[in-house]
Amino acid sequence: MPIDFELSEGSQIAQRHYHEVAREKMRPISRRYDLAEHALPTEWVDYWWQEGRRGPGDRKAAPNDGFVTICLQAEELCWGDAGLYLRMPTPALGGSAVSSAGTEEQKKRFLSPFRAEGGHPIWGAMAITEPQAGSDAAAIEATAEYDPDTDEWILNGTKIFCTAGEGAATVDGGFVVVWATLDRSAGRGGIKSFVVPANTPGMELIGCEKKLGIRASDTATLRFEGCRVPSDHLLGSAEVKRSDTARSGDGAASNPQDKGFKGAMATFDASRPIVAAMATGVGRAALDFLKEELESQGIPIRHDAPPRELTAIERDVMEMEADLQAARLLTWRSAWMMNRGKRNNLEASMAKAKAGLAVTKITQKAVQLLGPVGYSKKLLVEKWMRDAKINDIYEGTQQINQLIVARRILDYPSSMLR
Amino acid sequence: MIDFEPTEEQALIIETVHQFAENEIRPAGREADERGLPPTAVIEAAHELGLVANRLPEAFGGGGDRSAVTGALIAEELAWGDLAIALSILSPGLIGIPVADLGTESQRARLLPGLIGERFVPGSLALVEPRFDFDAFRPRTTAKRDGDTILLDGVKCQVPWLEGGTHVLVIATEPEGLAAFLVPRDAAGLSVEPEQKMGTCGLPTVELALAGVRVADSDRLEADDAAVRLLIDRGRIALAAAGVGVARAAFETARDYARERETFGQPIATRQAIAFKLADMAIEIDGARLLAWEAAAAFDHGVRGPELTRLARLARDQVMRMSLQVADGAVQVFGGHGYIRDYLPELCLRNVTGFASFEALALI
Repeated sequence: MPIDFELSEGSQIAQRHYHEVAREKMRPISRRYDLAEHALPTEWVDYWWQEGRRGPGDRKAAPNDGFVTICLQAEELCWGDAGLYLRMPTPALGGSAVSSAGTEEQKKRFLSPFRAEGGHPIWGAMAITEPQAGSDAAAIEATAEYDPDTDEWILNGTKIFCTAGEGAATVDGGFVVVWATLDRSAGRGGIKSFVVPANTPGMELIGCEKKLGIRASDTATLRFEGCRVPSDHLLGSAEVKRSDTARSGDGAASNPQDKGFKGAMATFDASRPIVAAMATGVGRAALDFLKEELESQGIPIRHDAPPRELTAIERDVMEMEADLQAARLLTWRSAWMMNRGKRNNLEASMAKAKAGLAVTKITQKAVQLLGPVGYSKKLLVEKWMRDAKINDIYEGTQQINQLIVARRILDYPSSMLR
Repeated sequence: MIDFEPTEEQALIIETVHQFAENEIRPAGREADERGLPPTAVIEAAHELGLVANRLPEAFGGGGDRSAVTGALIAEELAWGDLAIALSILSPGLIGIPVADLGTESQRARLLPGLIGERFVPGSLALVEPRFDFDAFRPRTTAKRDGDTILLDGVKCQVPWLEGGTHVLVIATEPEGLAAFLVPRDAAGLSVEPEQKMGTCGLPTVELALAGVRVADSDRLEADDAAVRLLIDRGRIALAAAGVGVARAAFETARDYARERETFGQPIATRQAIAFKLADMAIEIDGARLLAWEAAAAFDHGVRGPELTRLARLARDQVMRMSLQVADGAVQVFGGHGYIRDYLPELCLRNVTGFASFEALALI
């Protein structure tokens, strides 16, 4: 196949389908759940569980672009509402962790409930960040100790910023993937991830963060005190590689099951393209609105006008268009590489870094250009600006992704550049 | 279907052109800039590779490969070597591509064989005019009917003018819109003055004064306003791709230097202030390249009119901003050495500054 940017038929079907879902199911309740922070958006959650998760009915009929299609779904739904997207009853990042580091049996056991017909909505989540360890994931202090008498792991520690953590920790059928160390002296070689089913004794929901944006999303603090899970809830091997002590923000392993910390970090190579796509969706929401507003005021964007004749608004809009599209294409590239089974660690970080920063600036510019209208809560533009900012922070901050890109292009190990 | 991989044939072309750029173009770039002339031997050797001929019709001995994506890939690799030499090498296309696509049978028969022949024959295209408010889609150079002939009046600049060319394609405004005319270099009423520029000095260019230059109907391309606008869009896509190549050259040079240059006992690349700058360069280069590819692919898929104009404009403008950021960053990473003409970054910085005014200096 040659270089091509035309979506296959199946992807176009998905794109149209999720755009309609975003427009009809998400936008009408977007402001309500921004104001009612932490409230469960029941109509959205129920819709997703009963209908939404099946996707477009005719999807299987046509070929699609694989992982790119998943990015399209994220973009369209976050064009609808990023907070509601994060509140969808899905395995989310917990699912990515199980998929990339779990055995076939573990995948079946933990993920099949999300595909079961009927029942009630359930959530998955991943708990990595701790009060004193965010970007430096190798510095986490939560511990996992093996109890040979019961063949169980005992988890202790506190996790913060756990997206969808309330649902995952408290609704039966869901689970939280918890990162903990078997041996702090072993550095990142001692870090493993564990599947903790919802309502496991010893896992306590402390509360949810009050945030700048994505307020419909439950960002939980979880405390683990003597929390026991069966030994086969460990993802990957229990072996502690003592030589593997250097801290790193990157990772990506060819065989995640064998690579412990690196395997856990490899989850990000799959999740960063999706976060980049989510960012693109929020940025596009603001840019689409801005362009429609200008058009309705009879202000065209003249793509054929010479620089001297451009208005400041035209120049800004064109720059926003270019940056957004560059972010989108970098995202598609990193997703396409996953389809091909190519290592995309560098490209995923490039997409995430570009998209996070681009949409932060695009949404800020949209608020500025729209003046009091942009700042007002009558419209959603100010919300999109608040929602967009998180994309430059979570799943690796701008700076962590720059660090990963820099190490790759310089061919430096983490010990050379941190 | 979404795909980011060149075809096998394109991969082979990239490899060939890259090797040529590395072995022949890059080593000659500095001298070409200082002398104000491209190296004849390199230009002839590039001509033998048949990069422009490959794009021209098979009926005249060309390769008939019309893919704009292929053209973008070639432009990037050549410009990675040196922008001025790359534009010199591609200059036959400034006449060859418009004549192949829009010329009459007799124009094609008159000009294409020479461009595809054994020896390199440069092309010239005159679009840009020496005014700060120049509008590529509304040049002030006019074409007015006078009996059986057409009179061209106006002033052009940034017109490639390598030795050995026979014609210049002049873009002018008719009452009906844009039109293009094949004007012999020695036409009466046409005068040229060599230009001195900040960069791309290895590509000789001239300011071209057209004072009542008389051409015949047979010198006019069968191109309406939309067809000439399309040429301008194609020029922007080609320049965007070339700009990516220059930025990549600046970035790679800065990256390699940062790994070697030490401060306080460590390579400067181990400092985040430098490493993050390099990371941003790499990200912006890749993002801009994808915009250029997308515009080229859209052209190949038959997208025309305002949508192609939009894609080409966004790509060109992004490359203009990106390449300046990258080249300036490369000078900065080099510190004092970046300011010295022994090193590549300052040449890249001067060259990419041209993208703010370049139009139709190459076509895909």
